[in-house]
Amino acid sequence: MRRFFLIIILLASFPLSAAGPVEGDKEPLVFASTEQEARFKHLTIELRCLVCQNQNLADSDAPLAQDLRKEIFDMLQAGKGDEEIKTFMVDRYGDFVLYRPPVQGNTLLLWVMPALFLFVGAIAVVVAVRKRNLKLAAQRQGASD
Amino acid sequence: MIGRLLPILVFVALGVLLAFGLRIADHKTEIPSPLIGKPLPPFELPVLGQPDRIMTNADLVGEPFLLNVWASWCPTCRIEHPYITDLAKSGALRVIGFNYRDELPDAQAWLRRFGDPYDLTIQDYSGRYAIDLGVYAAPESFLVDAEGKIIFKQIGAVTPEVIEKEILPRIRP
Repeated sequence: MRRFFLIIILLASFPLSAAGPVEGDKEPLVFASTEQEARFKHLTIELRCLVCQNQNLADSDAPLAQDLRKEIFDMLQAGKGDEEIKTFMVDRYGDFVLYRPPVQGNTLLLWVMPALFLFVGAIAVVVAVRKRNLKLAAQRQGASD
Repeated sequence: MIGRLLPILVFVALGVLLAFGLRIADHKTEIPSPLIGKPLPPFELPVLGQPDRIMTNADLVGEPFLLNVWASWCPTCRIEHPYITDLAKSGALRVIGFNYRDELPDAQAWLRRFGDPYDLTIQDYSGRYAIDLGVYAAPESFLVDAEGKIIFKQIGAVTPEVIEKEILPRIRP
């Protein structure tokens, strides 16, 4: 059992190291602190590569993704905050660049839909169970008569 | 009654949803630019092949122009190039080239081979200004009005249809 867990942990950690955003860029990025590096990783995972639109900036090999990683790195060096960096990206590429879309008018449906489906499903279950209970009760009544 | 109608209703709702999805699927890689209606971001870039001649916004603003993002490594740029050339020759609109992330000899060879219809071409070797413009693929074209405001962006090739239906109506007084 312990070995099984070890294998799972090793497998789970592999993609993380393989997706190291710094690899493949012309110059390796030297961060001022591990905290800054963590923020860089978080930002490049949260932001979408516009060229290969189903990859994030950390994973993509596209030249634009390299440029944007460099841009984010420079902004971090300049002491910019995470929100400021995200705003920089949204101002240029629109909300699409964010993997986590903001809650606003045109995305409301997207955010509300899962809860709505859950609600409708719950009602359907309650109705179905009630119906069946009534039917069973009726049958039992019929049998005892 | 409702129990019998429900599957049909669900089917119809699903059909509408999928039909809507199919309609937008053709354009799903085109991302609407947040820069429409905003002034062209400030820049300071050299003219292609003339590193000492630096252009800024002030040099371009005054009459409407089309900023056409191209590169020698971009196959679709060749497809649209004859239409860009026709547009520039027609005199309807000033056409400015924007050479994006390209090596200078490659860019110059490309212009020699396919012709140079541009009033002038500015060079963005690093791609830094392209980020300010929100460029994510070549070709892209920005229509800028006389006040220096971006009024339309074409992602992908400029075709005769785009020129007729999108570009020319927007610059007619």
